[in-house]
Amino acid sequence: MLRQAHNERGETALAAEAHGLVKYFDGKRAVDGVSLTVPTGSISGILGPNGAGKTTTIRMMLGIIDPDQGTRRLLGHARPLEAARMVGYLPEERGLYPAMTAAEAIAFMGALRGLPIATGRARAVELLEGRGYGDWVKRPIRTLSKGMAQTVQLLGTMVHRPKLLVLDEPFSGLDALNQEKLEQLIRDQAAAGTTVIFSTHVIAHAERLCERVAIIAEGKVAFEGRVDEARDRLRPIVHLRTRAEDGPWRAALPADARCVAGEWRFELPEGGPEPLLKALLDGNAGIETLSIERPGLHDAFIAIAGAAAAREMGSAAPQEQAA
Amino acid sequence: MTLPETIRAAFVIARRDFTATVLSKTFLLFLLGPLFPIIMGFMFGGIGERIDAGRTPPQVAVISSVADFEALQAARQRLSPLASDRPFVTLGRAAPDGNLAAQRSALLNDKATERVGVLDGGLARPHFTGAVDADGATVRQMHLFVDEARRIRAGAVAPRGPALAVTLADSSSGSLAFARQLVARGGQTILFLLTLLLAGMLLSQLIEEKSNKVIEILAAAVPIDAIFLGKLFAMLAMSLVGITVWTAAGAAAIAYWVGGGLATLPVPAVGWPIFITLMLVYFATSYLLIGGVFLGIGGQASTVREVQTLSMPVTMSQVVIFGLASLAVGQPDSREAIAAAIFPLSSPYAMIARAAEQDAIWPHLAALAWQILWVALILKFAAAIFRSSVLKSGPSRRWPWQRRTASAALARQYSGK
Repeated sequence: MLRQAHNERGETALAAEAHGLVKYFDGKRAVDGVSLTVPTGSISGILGPNGAGKTTTIRMMLGIIDPDQGTRRLLGHARPLEAARMVGYLPEERGLYPAMTAAEAIAFMGALRGLPIATGRARAVELLEGRGYGDWVKRPIRTLSKGMAQTVQLLGTMVHRPKLLVLDEPFSGLDALNQEKLEQLIRDQAAAGTTVIFSTHVIAHAERLCERVAIIAEGKVAFEGRVDEARDRLRPIVHLRTRAEDGPWRAALPADARCVAGEWRFELPEGGPEPLLKALLDGNAGIETLSIERPGLHDAFIAIAGAAAAREMGSAAPQEQAA
Repeated sequence: MTLPETIRAAFVIARRDFTATVLSKTFLLFLLGPLFPIIMGFMFGGIGERIDAGRTPPQVAVISSVADFEALQAARQRLSPLASDRPFVTLGRAAPDGNLAAQRSALLNDKATERVGVLDGGLARPHFTGAVDADGATVRQMHLFVDEARRIRAGAVAPRGPALAVTLADSSSGSLAFARQLVARGGQTILFLLTLLLAGMLLSQLIEEKSNKVIEILAAAVPIDAIFLGKLFAMLAMSLVGITVWTAAGAAAIAYWVGGGLATLPVPAVGWPIFITLMLVYFATSYLLIGGVFLGIGGQASTVREVQTLSMPVTMSQVVIFGLASLAVGQPDSREAIAAAIFPLSSPYAMIARAAEQDAIWPHLAALAWQILWVALILKFAAAIFRSSVLKSGPSRRWPWQRRTASAALARQYSGK
């Protein structure tokens, strides 16, 4: 469900765009010609294993660091800091002043982005009480758990009601319940018209939330587009069980079809399901079960970024994957 | 970002830093800090005074006839107004007992009396024996006593004519210049000590943000210039709060304990109101100049240990700057003084000395404009270095030590993803 805005000429308005971003660190090309477009109003994910260049790309797009090559625009501004008042950012490395109270921390983050401190304090109390965290208002950050502090920081990124929300690995460090709450919060923000960009190495979150994804591996964009488009890069997978072990129907199966524990698995042939079905019926295969499964983003990711990258993502956060 | 936006952002950061510092419990200790050396001074001063008060002047035993001894005593009495805070040695007579060497030795080793030496031979052949410095006060005093006693014995004519008439003047060119030099040195020293004690804190100002990862939130929202400016002004405001408290307490103490109060202090050339105003303004510029450099250097450090390592060379460089500025005292138009006034880091010290010695105001306006320009340049440069080396943005510029230490950790962090 895309809620993208359009400009006067009917073109999709872009909240963020990057063209050919390159960044070197100590002679190493950490980001290698990354180009991205994030339509206004969309939820976009930047997907990739640790070390792929996601955070550096985000930092360049936000103007925290400058690219060595390439250009970027944020909410129409070539200098990203000029759009700072309209942007909320949750860095991967969470950071708050430990002595500040939760409400003051939220108000301070709003004040950095141009929100009057008094308004920020009032909104901070609203945001905390609205989520049932009223007792956190006057508690110093140092007394909160890591998850609680992360929630405070997240609320701080949206207290000034930004047009663009950039979240770097927002699910990291959260338990399953809080991950679900965060997913809902992201959906709510998007429903309210805020463009959301988040990076993750957990494919499940991207699959559930994103309309568009950019898959980054080894500093390069391996794929950028709608999630559907990524999944459509792979043929559907057929799962087939037959009573007959062999027969003329076997000729209808692709050469690379594999039989595992009595179940045949293979990509749906180019001709589609009808010729396959006809061949199975005519060949008296005796169909017990037949299902055609559309590939998930995980499968698409393996195909695009490579199995090694997928394994790395899987091993990076098994708990988060499970969530 | 526009200048007003940078200033607004700097204000947000300054407000956070200022309240976090001033509202902390440790700030009370900070305010009480100068009390400790004063209390120690009073304590040790009191102890020294008691020791001094309890100490009687040492004695020299005089083996002589009564007449010679009385002549020596009379000489001592007559010369005693020349004695400074430490009175002359006292004299005690011992009648000759026939064996001079044994008597001399016995007197020197007599533990009942604190004795520094023995004079024998009378006024005819005086001979002093004692465990003292050959050119020290005791020997010199004994020379004077013997000479004066001989003069008295010789029946020198008593002084005649009217006594010396004395008229006291408020000042003379010599005493005024000297008093103003004292004010100049005092002003410089106070400025130096305040800057030394307070600006040093800026070395570690960015450690908090780096260690708790707030730096990225700040850097994503506001320009680095605003972060530096905010931190610098927050610490300046905090220092000015402290100085106001200390100055008020100091003025009250002077008014209470010193007879005549502040009026007894020598007046600087520009007058006290302007001088005090200039002290505050030059403290601010000195703090901003040196603090800007410290903030820039400290920004490169990523651990408290690195900051501690940097502290010593940084303090020594401040002492060198103070030494340069102290050349200006007493000769405000000399080449050294003008060089110290032009060199940005020593300029506030040199100019406060000038304010004590010369009454022209315009050089101060020019110096302030010059110093403010350098504050802006130093902050801009420090922010650029911070961006390029710590945030790893822009052309690569790194400090030699930072290649191995600070940036290594941050490079891993920033190039990691």
